[in-house]
Amino acid sequence: MNPLLPPLVPGLLLGLGGMALLLVGVLSKRDKASTSTYGAILLLALAAAFSFAAPDAVLFGGLLKTSLFTRYADSMVYLGAAAALLLSLDYNRREAMARFEFPVLVLFAVLGMIVMVSAADLMSLYVGFELQSLALYILAASARDSLRSTEAGLKYFVLGSLASGLLIYGISLVYGFSGTTNFVSLAAILANGAGYGIVIGIVFVLVGLAFKVSAAPFHMWTPDVYEGSPTPVTALFGTAPKIATMALLLAVMLGPFGHLLAQWRMIIEILSILSMALGALAAIGQKNIKRLLAYSSIGHMGYALMGLAAGTLAGVQATLVYLAIYLVMSFGAFACVVAMRRKGQAVETIADLAGLSTENPGFAFALAIFMWAMAGIPPLSGFFGKLYVFSAAINAGLNTLAVVGVVTSIIGAFYYLRVIKVMYFDAGTPGFDKTASGVRFVMFAGALVTCLFVLIPGPLIAAADAAAKALIG
Amino acid sequence: MNQTGFPILSLITFLPLLGVAYLAMLRGEALAVASRARIGALVTSLAVLAIGIYLWTAFDPSQAGFQFVEALPWLSGLDVQYRMGVDGISLFLILLTAFLTPIAILSSWPITKRVRELMMAFLLLETMTIGMFSALDFVVFYIFFEAVLLPMYLVIGVWGGERRIYAAVKFFIFTLAGSLFMLLALIWLWHNAGTTDIVTLLHTPIAPAAQMWLFAAFLASFGVKAAVWPLHTWLPDAYGEAPIPGTIMLAAVLSKMGAYGFLRFAVPMLPQAATAAEPLMFTLGVVAVIYISFVALAQTDMKRMIAYSSVAHMGIIIIGIFTFTVEGIEGALFQMLSHGLVIAGLFVCTGVLLSRGEALTLSRLGGLAAKMPAYAALLMLFSLANVGLPGTSGFVGEILVIVGAMKVNFWVSLLGAAGMVLGAAYMLVLLRAVLFGKARPELGSLADLNPGEYAMLLPLAAMVLWLGIYPGSFTHMFDASVNAMVQAHIAALTPHTALAMVTK
Repeated sequence: MNPLLPPLVPGLLLGLGGMALLLVGVLSKRDKASTSTYGAILLLALAAAFSFAAPDAVLFGGLLKTSLFTRYADSMVYLGAAAALLLSLDYNRREAMARFEFPVLVLFAVLGMIVMVSAADLMSLYVGFELQSLALYILAASARDSLRSTEAGLKYFVLGSLASGLLIYGISLVYGFSGTTNFVSLAAILANGAGYGIVIGIVFVLVGLAFKVSAAPFHMWTPDVYEGSPTPVTALFGTAPKIATMALLLAVMLGPFGHLLAQWRMIIEILSILSMALGALAAIGQKNIKRLLAYSSIGHMGYALMGLAAGTLAGVQATLVYLAIYLVMSFGAFACVVAMRRKGQAVETIADLAGLSTENPGFAFALAIFMWAMAGIPPLSGFFGKLYVFSAAINAGLNTLAVVGVVTSIIGAFYYLRVIKVMYFDAGTPGFDKTASGVRFVMFAGALVTCLFVLIPGPLIAAADAAAKALIG
Repeated sequence: MNQTGFPILSLITFLPLLGVAYLAMLRGEALAVASRARIGALVTSLAVLAIGIYLWTAFDPSQAGFQFVEALPWLSGLDVQYRMGVDGISLFLILLTAFLTPIAILSSWPITKRVRELMMAFLLLETMTIGMFSALDFVVFYIFFEAVLLPMYLVIGVWGGERRIYAAVKFFIFTLAGSLFMLLALIWLWHNAGTTDIVTLLHTPIAPAAQMWLFAAFLASFGVKAAVWPLHTWLPDAYGEAPIPGTIMLAAVLSKMGAYGFLRFAVPMLPQAATAAEPLMFTLGVVAVIYISFVALAQTDMKRMIAYSSVAHMGIIIIGIFTFTVEGIEGALFQMLSHGLVIAGLFVCTGVLLSRGEALTLSRLGGLAAKMPAYAALLMLFSLANVGLPGTSGFVGEILVIVGAMKVNFWVSLLGAAGMVLGAAYMLVLLRAVLFGKARPELGSLADLNPGEYAMLLPLAAMVLWLGIYPGSFTHMFDASVNAMVQAHIAALTPHTALAMVTK
């Protein structure tokens, strides 16, 4: 067998499998949506299994490179996408938007993300970036008859295109001033410093990627798109693409541009501080839980960027740990939002949760766990994410960043607490519909992992450490 | 392993979780579940108490170091281990927690709202508190320290009084703000020493310039927890609004976490900064004692008056710790134990009135001594112990602190002692308003204590008298640890003797 084949198998599975599902969907006459969804979940699981079995490789003359780092990021992407698919199963049916194209689009988005994560060349980076973006634009607008969803899709498309434009402009500048798009050659050229042209190019690349991770001040699309998109799609937006883009940021900034750390570190610090501050302050006034989670995700990206700003091995490890923990909290919280339905209608305001703890203690407790974890209260998993990024930041001498992180955590705790307050202290009868088993599974599995992470933190931390070493030796 | 050959500290810490699991599995009719939950929680907490007493008997008082030490690898790559151990300082705080949890659970008998969840919250609280007192790794300590917030937030918010939501959120945000600054200090210390092992950290010197910042961070965190004036403003709200068992845990146990933090971290790890902060801490302590006593005097509600008296007593404890003398620190420790017992007794007495449907407004009470003689006698005992009457536990702690303060600063000891006079004033006002005076006709006929209430109050009263009459059985357990701590402090301030200590 061709030694280059195994590392390609996950991508091929997703691409060809996605097309096969499309064919099946068009040709078959039965319940196509759920077959297609289960098929997609199966494909994701297979892709994950194959990606672990594959050795490290450099593919297509240096366009793609797989390593422990990409495998770590890929598996988070697979997990996030699979959770979003599980959530969509019931939601789409109840909202009468169950179509077989939905999971196929998710698969293509995932394919784009894994290309992005394993990119070793600015061109393959851009191709992967665009593939996932295009699929996501359609997903945002997938509730075709809903005005809000259409608006979200359009908004995401217009602003996303702008970001793509900035990204490709930055790439062209870098290429123009260095003569190459390959990461290895770029690193060699930039080892001797860089002129203004390249630095400006890097800034544009950074802005394009910051848009996708919704770091402030490039976050404007996030609350509207989160609120307007169907909730499972929001769950996907909150997890897989952010994690993939964050991994890409790590790989690009510390790979080819790693020698220019001193030049771009300040930008990352500013992005991080602004994101944390905005995430904490803007969320306070929100009444819609999806908007609240949107601002919360902006804040979380700020914390994750702290590790990148540190620019050290420990920093990369911290960001990777943070992302994995964030992934679980995030899809768990979205599972709770998906479960918020009354008389067949999805409800989204925080006030709708009043009295939930007496009516459905398990649900309320799970959401309380996610909120506490996001606030970073030990012994829940979210605390360890914060511990690692703060520790990386202080070890790299970025004390200001750590202090800002602490202050925003305190402010942030206030609005997370408000959700718990509404569920536990306020009287009310939410009267939610029975939660579908898939949603319940995502909710309780997430809560269990969030709760019990404290007992067995070892494996994740060791994996993040190995992945970080694979990235920057 | 340790002298028992058995992870006894993990057992005592996590045993309540077993109770939580049992409670979570209860099924059936609501009333039956409630009563089984109460019994289950009580039995679990009594089992913890039994282990605690065994721990006391197995503890070797002649050793100054940590005993019953356990260690397990935990956060890989970070050199953070799961380490547990106790010395003379933490031993009694664990015992205090184990002793007061069953009493708090008993005092929650009249509560009928969501009983099972309440019991689970108390057992969780016990796990967190005992774990925090026995943690020998700073990260482990921090986790337990902060995790206490979760059950307490719910206890205040779900079962509290009228302004419970305000009180719960204020409590949470204040404490969280403090502890996050401690988290930064923790990370800095970790970075400095390369480990979070408390024993190593205690012997790692820190540059005096950095010590100031670290001390400020510790003050933010432990000061809020111990309700040091002016960081105490969350306390009257939280104490006032929490249900009686919640108030007992807050006042008797959780406030000790702050004082413990000062004793375990701020003073021994940052000797220069602690010495430099001595005038500040004395001022804060004296202000707490005098100013808060006046505030207490002005209260019209029995529960809030007792709450403020608790802040005043925390002032005494802070003064004791920062004398850096053996007397002062032992006095502070003793006062921590005594205050825990006395304040619990006072709040149980308050709960007795509440459970009879009475309001706690002082002007609406009176003449209870005739109607409830046994109750009156016990309330009198706890009130006098709170004032520091000789023969009760309150006296020993206060006199030791005053003696310790006298060695360091005459004015501090004078003003601190003046606070006790004020303490006598407000406690006597309270007694007069509740027990004596004209009996109000609308009070109706109140029954005297029932067996359940005796079961709470008599053990507390016995302990208060034991501590007061024969303090030696407690002080000799922490003598060695406190002596070692004071010597280390003096040594750290004088470099030459420090060298001698190391080589010895």
